[in-house]
Amino acid sequence: MSLRSPLGRARGHGSAKAGVHHWWVQRLTGVALVPLSLWVVFSLAGLADAGHAEVVGWISQPLVTALLLGFVIAAFYHLQLGLQVIIEDYVHTRPLQLIAQVAVRLGAVLFALIAIVSILKISLA
Amino acid sequence: MADLNLPPNSKVQTGKTVAAADGATRKKRLKIYRWDPDSGENPRVDTYEIDLGKCGPMVLDAIIYIKNELDPTLTFRRSCREGICGSCAMNIDGKNTLACTKAIDDVKNDVAIYPLPHMPVLKDLVPDLNHFYAQYASIKPWLQAESAPPPDRERLQSKEDRDKLDGLYECILCACCSTSCPSYWWNGDRYLGPAALLQAYRWLVDSRDEATGERLDALEDPFRLYRCHTIMNCANTCPKGLNPAKAIAEIKKMMIDRTV
Repeated sequence: MSLRSPLGRARGHGSAKAGVHHWWVQRLTGVALVPLSLWVVFSLAGLADAGHAEVVGWISQPLVTALLLGFVIAAFYHLQLGLQVIIEDYVHTRPLQLIAQVAVRLGAVLFALIAIVSILKISLA
Repeated sequence: MADLNLPPNSKVQTGKTVAAADGATRKKRLKIYRWDPDSGENPRVDTYEIDLGKCGPMVLDAIIYIKNELDPTLTFRRSCREGICGSCAMNIDGKNTLACTKAIDDVKNDVAIYPLPHMPVLKDLVPDLNHFYAQYASIKPWLQAESAPPPDRERLQSKEDRDKLDGLYECILCACCSTSCPSYWWNGDRYLGPAALLQAYRWLVDSRDEATGERLDALEDPFRLYRCHTIMNCANTCPKGLNPAKAIAEIKKMMIDRTV
């Protein structure tokens, strides 16, 4: 039980003076992912019957490499921002919430790096 | 983590049934949530059968009739009975609204009446709104200006600027919107909720107010403002037909306007 006043409770720790950047970047990456995702899906579908050399040749084109890197970075950034909000919404046990937030951030960076290195290795080989 | 089950002492049980008096021609059943903190018992749903010929047309008329004629222990808030005080906000037929402006005939089957969702219940249909009101107070809902007002008259506002307050000033703070919002349910301790944010925008957009920057500073927070995920339950349920979701979107646009 707390005898703190309702106003004190409502004010809490005050404004975090943050949130605009998160909101803006989530929308920017969302907008970027609409054409990028369609492009990735249709490109890969078009390569369904292609051989190894043909696929490697496709990835190695500078524009394709750049767009694939853009797709991976936007997708993982968007994924991290979205999962962060879901955890904030639903996980209210403090230690668990912190662990989940750290895991999502580090996990997103790790998997994005694996994808980036893989694309670059094929492209620059 | 989220609790998927209600605690044992919160499980709602079936309560008593009060039948209509003999000779009733137009019968209607109301199923009303009851909880008495002094009894130590679980909440229950009591069923009251009323004769529509003996009470007025609105749900508030029906529960006043029940309190006067059938069960004086039924507890609820009410005052103006014309949709302007916001006291009789409750969940009727699955939707938050004002009992005084909701017609009994609009409900096809039995009329289910519960207190506003996800608020602490004080008794029966009376929720604890202290935090809701404190959140409203925290957005400083008054005109803030450093410029001295003209000595001989009020602060002037153009007709165009006054028009910007339409759709905002009508809010009666009944709490139907905030208590219908899942984001407010899960994070109401920190998320201001649609009602307080609509009021915040009412002052942000007021041409006479000079504290826009400070107001935006106070709102710029992942929880206070950005917990709104545009679910739109607020606009769907508002008994005054207002659109808090749009007001929140306008605040987010103002945040972008001063950043990008």
